[in-house]
Amino acid sequence: MSGTGMSGTAMSGTAMSETAMTALAAAADTGVVIGTGETIVFWVLGPVALAGALGMVLSRNAVHSALWLVLTMLSLGVFYVVQEAPFLGAAQIIVYTGAIMILFLFVLMLVGRESSDSVVETLRGQRVAAIVLGIGFAGLVGAGIARATEDLPVAGLAAVQGTEGGAAAGNVEAIAGVLYGRFVLAFEVTGALLIVAAVGALLLTHTEREPGVGRSQKERSRARFLTDRPQTLPGPGVYARANSVAAPGRLPDGGLAPSSFATGIEPQRVDELPRTGSAGAEREGLPHAGGTDAALGTIGGATTGPVPGSGEGAPR
Amino acid sequence: MTITNYLVLAAILFTIGAVGVLVRRNAIVVFMCIELMLNSVNLTLITFARASGTVEGQVIALFVMVVAAAEVVVGLAIIMAIYRTRRSASVDDVNLLKY
Amino acid sequence: MPASVPVDGLLSVAWLVIALPLAGAALLLLGGRRTDRWGHLLATGTVVAAFVLAVASTLQLSGRPGHAASIDLFTFIRTGGLDVSAGLLIDPLSAVFMLLITGVGALIHVYSIGYMAHDSGRRRFFAYLNLFVAAMLLLVLGNSYVALYVGWEGVGLASYLLIAFWYTRPAAATAAKKAFLMNRIGDVGLALAIFLMFAQLGTTSYAGVFGEVGLLAGGTVTAIGLLLLLGACGKSGQFPLQAWLPDAMEGPTPVSALIHAATMVTAGVYLIARSAPVYDETPTARTVVLAVGAVTLLIGAIVGCAYDDIKKVLAYSTVSQIGYMFLAVGLGPVGYAAGIAHLLTHGFFKAGLFLGAGSVMHAMDDQVDMRRFGGLAKRLPVTFVTFGLGYLALIGFPFLSGYWTKDAIIEAALDRGGWSGWVLGGVAVLGAGLTAFYMTRLMLMTFFGKARWTPGVHPHESPPSMTAPMVVLAVGSVAAGFLLVQVFPLAEWLEPVFGEPAEAAHVVAPAVVGIVVTAVMTVGVLAAWLFVGRREVPTTAPVRVSPVVTAARRALYADTVNEALVMRPGIWLTRALVWLDNRGVDGVVNGAAAALGGSSSRLGRAQTGFVRSYALGMLGGAVLVAGALVAVTTA
Repeated sequence: MSGTGMSGTAMSGTAMSETAMTALAAAADTGVVIGTGETIVFWVLGPVALAGALGMVLSRNAVHSALWLVLTMLSLGVFYVVQEAPFLGAAQIIVYTGAIMILFLFVLMLVGRESSDSVVETLRGQRVAAIVLGIGFAGLVGAGIARATEDLPVAGLAAVQGTEGGAAAGNVEAIAGVLYGRFVLAFEVTGALLIVAAVGALLLTHTEREPGVGRSQKERSRARFLTDRPQTLPGPGVYARANSVAAPGRLPDGGLAPSSFATGIEPQRVDELPRTGSAGAEREGLPHAGGTDAALGTIGGATTGPVPGSGEGAPR
Repeated sequence: MTITNYLVLAAILFTIGAVGVLVRRNAIVVFMCIELMLNSVNLTLITFARASGTVEGQVIALFVMVVAAAEVVVGLAIIMAIYRTRRSASVDDVNLLKY
Repeated sequence: MPASVPVDGLLSVAWLVIALPLAGAALLLLGGRRTDRWGHLLATGTVVAAFVLAVASTLQLSGRPGHAASIDLFTFIRTGGLDVSAGLLIDPLSAVFMLLITGVGALIHVYSIGYMAHDSGRRRFFAYLNLFVAAMLLLVLGNSYVALYVGWEGVGLASYLLIAFWYTRPAAATAAKKAFLMNRIGDVGLALAIFLMFAQLGTTSYAGVFGEVGLLAGGTVTAIGLLLLLGACGKSGQFPLQAWLPDAMEGPTPVSALIHAATMVTAGVYLIARSAPVYDETPTARTVVLAVGAVTLLIGAIVGCAYDDIKKVLAYSTVSQIGYMFLAVGLGPVGYAAGIAHLLTHGFFKAGLFLGAGSVMHAMDDQVDMRRFGGLAKRLPVTFVTFGLGYLALIGFPFLSGYWTKDAIIEAALDRGGWSGWVLGGVAVLGAGLTAFYMTRLMLMTFFGKARWTPGVHPHESPPSMTAPMVVLAVGSVAAGFLLVQVFPLAEWLEPVFGEPAEAAHVVAPAVVGIVVTAVMTVGVLAAWLFVGRREVPTTAPVRVSPVVTAARRALYADTVNEALVMRPGIWLTRALVWLDNRGVDGVVNGAAAALGGSSSRLGRAQTGFVRSYALGMLGGAVLVAGALVAVTTA
């Protein structure tokens, strides 16, 4: 692959001429030698990034996938910084892990727990074919790139972005020079793209309810009486010592009311009310006779036995 | 160690993302895999920028990030819209466009 | 042939002869109901005016050298090598036809005023009649084959419209279609002949064609002659295209008289006579004309003996008499004048006979079955006398019209010499006898014997507007032959067209021919009296009859032959073509479409709708591209 090497040399030569042949003439020949520290960073964070990627693909729970991906992205951000791109490293961490992945998690929470995959693959041969093709692709591209770049000299960016306090500008200034210079039109268009994307997202998620089309109370009442359960659903925490959404409602016999389980949250067993008062007092409808402090209770406290129905998602 | 290590790592990450797109059915996870692929490309861009001694690669990586952000916004909005009507986020359930 | 003398006087406006009836037709057809009250008078007036103009033109023509006038009107078609200028050629031959058409046409228009008085479609009828007269005049007056063809198609159209005049009757509509289709066969022949002329000679004018026809190869001339004969056979109801003419009697009787007896059906004779220079070059085609004439003559006479429908008997008589004319013009220069003379006298007496038949039908509530007639002589005296004179003229009673002209034809046939002369002469004489038989039968069944009328029929004489033309035509029937043969010899008048008639070397003395023909005629009359007149005529046709009569009643199986030879193969061919079209052409197209559709629907199964399958395909493609890149860069 001497051709590729030649072109790389030529490119670096061009870059050199643009920077008025300031310094580092030797870099054109030998290039930057990757130091030991960077090697260590690579061999530590590279497997971490791979593990994050694999974990993302392999974990059943989508939330776990998102967290694995965050791991990979953080590793990549470090790689960027190491590779003389500190601005992009920061942008990676802030934009990707900070904004985009949070958006992912937000949507995941909105969509709910059911978003986790089932294990069964429905398309016949899809997994096998995907893995075979993936290995082939990785082998071909990896081998091709390895052969193409094994002799590639690394020019380094010291010439264009220089060191802090030097004649040349820093990384941010270098990027800004190119971004607002050659790429200014693309930059403006990207701004338009973002506006369009924001408006499009608003449009797609917006639901308009026309005035007058809502059902009247009478209609809603009738519709409810046509179902199996005309009465209202029990609220969480009824007859419980906590009013958290995680605390299911109780039935009069003391059992948990499945219809009060919140979606996406495993029902938590909460302490029953202390039966301090007389039985007659309870019968008289004074459940909080034990005092306010005792009535508050605690979540996740000493659970007394298995929670019935906790395995189910309790869909309504 | 040379910059080839970065490039091969990026290729592997890209492949993992691609295989993830193929095997996962949750649309949000598929989106994450696409993000992973974009990130691996960004790594390649930055590595080559370093090798060639110019910052254009970094600028393009920046553009990739911006476009990815826009894409995620719109894509997640679409997923939300689909989820609202179909109560499902599986890409296999959206298969009406066929023979 | 065209005279170099400039055309002046009335001849320069000879186009009015055609234009007047045409304008009448246009006015009546476009004028609508507001012309209902006086339209028939206008139509009659235009034809009478045309007649007057024709007489004046002919008189002026006789004073011109060469007796011919060529009048150029305008350029009709000028394109590339074809240059057709519309013009008129008035020479002795066309003048004779012009007089016949306008004269008989005027009389029949007058007759129709009475005949169609109570018909709701009277205006339409007169418009079509005018259209016919105009087209027929164009046919005979045009100076090129193209002009003739235009008129030829015009009369075909008018004939179609008039046969189907009572188009609500299925029989009339069918007869009109039959006439149109059989005419079409002939028209194709004529058109091909004209194409051939243009292809070989580059011109279609009479002068151009006749001037150069001698330079053509013999086969080409024969082909032109035979194709022209095909056209003539179609228009004139000659064998083998004779079957349409009797059916055409479904039209109103004046139509039968004018178009299907006196004028249009003689257009074939005109065509062959006009094309004499062509036939002079091709004895083969001329012999075919002879054969066609002789065969048709016999067919018409035989079939005429068996029919009970008065108009169909007359129609077959027409077929037979036109056979005589074809025979005459087929004989060549010796027969042209005789044929044309017979054509003229036939125009008189056959038109008179048809008008008489119309008068009889008028009296008998439009019945045509002669078995329901009988004893009408006293009730319809004028009709009887005029019809009787026409009858005598037709059968060739001595010194009436038919005697002179038919004898001339028989003489000419015998003068041909050799066995063919004897055969043709014998056929003509036999035809004369048969003519006498069937016409006498018709007379006896219609006017003599006991009345066999359908109850409720009260015969009465027709109004003067109908009888007057019959009287005029009867006078013509009596005198025309004598005048044309003896007083104003037609042969001399036609000399500029056909050349000096060769001095006939008489094989049989004319006097002997006259005696023999008269004797045969008498035998025919007597036979008819023996078979028909002596006995009571049954009111329904007897069923048990000899095979000969059965064959004659079926018109010698002409329709059967047509069906077997043309219609059924045509239907088979059509069915085969339809099958081929459905299975073959459509099969290829539909098969290609079905193959595409089937394969695409099978290929469409790959479109599962699963995005992940598509993505798998994309990854496969990416692998291929990457592999190709690596392979190329490694090599």
